[in-house]
Amino acid sequence: MSDLTRRRMLLSGAFAGAGGLVLAGCSAGEGRGGSASTSADLSPEEVLAHAPVGTETVPFHGRHQAGITTTPQAFASLIALDLNDDTGREEIRRLLRVLSDDAARLTQGRGALADTEPELASAPARLTVTLGFGPELVRRVAGAEAVPGWLRPLPAFDIDELREEWSGGDLLLQIAADDRVTVAHAARVLVKSSRTWTSVRWRQPGFRRARGSEAPGTTMRNLFGQVDGTVNLRPGDEDFDAQVWAADGWMAGGTSFVLRRIRMDLDEWDRVDRSARDSALGRRQSDGAPLTGEDEHDEPDFAALGPHGFPVIPEFSHIARARGEDPRPTMLRRAYNYEDEAAGEAGLLFIAFQADVDTGFVPVQRRLDELDILNQWTTPVGSAVFALPPGCEEGRFVGETLFV
Amino acid sequence: MRTRTLMTLPAVLTAASLMLAACGSGEEDGASAAEAPAADSATLTDPWAKAAEEGMTSAFGLVENTGEEEITLAAVESPVSDHVELHTTNEDGSGGMSMEEQEGGFPIAPGETLTLEPGAEHIMLMDLAEPLEHGTTTELTLVFSDDSTLEVTADVRDFAGAQENYGGMEDEDYAGHGETAGDHDSGEGDAHAEHSDE
Repeated sequence: MSDLTRRRMLLSGAFAGAGGLVLAGCSAGEGRGGSASTSADLSPEEVLAHAPVGTETVPFHGRHQAGITTTPQAFASLIALDLNDDTGREEIRRLLRVLSDDAARLTQGRGALADTEPELASAPARLTVTLGFGPELVRRVAGAEAVPGWLRPLPAFDIDELREEWSGGDLLLQIAADDRVTVAHAARVLVKSSRTWTSVRWRQPGFRRARGSEAPGTTMRNLFGQVDGTVNLRPGDEDFDAQVWAADGWMAGGTSFVLRRIRMDLDEWDRVDRSARDSALGRRQSDGAPLTGEDEHDEPDFAALGPHGFPVIPEFSHIARARGEDPRPTMLRRAYNYEDEAAGEAGLLFIAFQADVDTGFVPVQRRLDELDILNQWTTPVGSAVFALPPGCEEGRFVGETLFV
Repeated sequence: MRTRTLMTLPAVLTAASLMLAACGSGEEDGASAAEAPAADSATLTDPWAKAAEEGMTSAFGLVENTGEEEITLAAVESPVSDHVELHTTNEDGSGGMSMEEQEGGFPIAPGETLTLEPGAEHIMLMDLAEPLEHGTTTELTLVFSDDSTLEVTADVRDFAGAQENYGGMEDEDYAGHGETAGDHDSGEGDAHAEHSDE
């Protein structure tokens, strides 16, 4: 279905139904000759022209969950839920059914069932809802043998100062859209739908540039000003599927999710001059190009020596340490900035997807832990690993493969 | 949502409905639009019921008449309630809203949709035989005035609204605020002004 067609369908449902139930508006306004419920005198085409960001949708159903290869939306809310002690297999099935049903509706611009504010769903703005499972959820549904080997807390790293309130969890909701109100509404609906069986463990909101602020495909910048995420798997890469998607069992078509909440000391970073910043990263802050290159995506030359015989890209720099013997990327990075204004804290919600945490993420983190000059200004304060099951077809629910 | 239609022959038939049923069964194939079972031209979209441990609860959805003739939703049957009523919500004359049973059911004109929603027309399930739990489903059978039926599976959801008395209006503090509940068309400015006084 073309983008425009999808948007038209959305418009006929969501925008025509002003003030009332979306579907009521749809049936009264579409094909029945006129509707008194259309609020503004705008044609669907005109609404599209005025609201190109709000009207765009991402399909919920498919082989893989949405929100993984989806071009990152401007806003995300990561929410970890803990299962109640008495939430068992059957309750988890119901929970996942409800969440999948809510997500299928909300992402297409419709209110959820029993939604008291369906009007807030009317601008989906590429909303995606991605579900992830902690080891306890998998165990309760399918037993310990169903838990992938990598689904456990990451090994302890020396640089970590992890805090419980930002770590772990039984069920992850990754909610992302290009509109902050849309994210808030979806989060409200999904948490409400879950509270019979769960409690909220943590919530971590993240943000990027607003949609349309810069050219599509621009690599994000973190709050240190650095171009962040240049070395990344991209859909279409030769080894993308093998590196990102799990191949076996209930996880086939799924992936893993690693979250590292990395606190960034902006005040100390202020003291670092531009040349030292560039050396610490191994890339220029100005354009993200490696110190040996001209463009962001130029291959760094780690053998190049400067006038004094030292490597142009220092061995202690972030990109020198992050690089393995095989320079090809092993994870799909999809980070968000965060600000905790009340706590006076800012940083990066580093998010990475990979078929296997132990081979995709851990080796890189280990090299960075051993020696990365950036560690002087950055501290991991939260950490979580989740298994993201495959997507589902219409009428099914995410995680159903775990119940077979 | 899964929906399917079927004709049922109630155990006890009144003379009038017997005639209708006979009429329907005599022209099963090629029946004219006017005589087709009402359920054949009805759809129920997004059926859901409010979760409840016991007592009464309510159910909702959008009933559309896709046919050429008026149809009337006469009753609803449920495996978890022997006593189901169709309710409407009216102004009670003192600024509040009250529920009452809709005598004769809900007529739905061709092409129109009956919106069953909290605070307005809805299905009332009395004396639940078993709890309705969030995330489960329950069957509803919509019975039309010609005794044709439409069976649907409704999703059960936790829901804070749809209280027996809408909007907690038995509370003195809310006296006079009643018309803001379930009345989408009343002056919004007035409603906001009232709320800001709280």
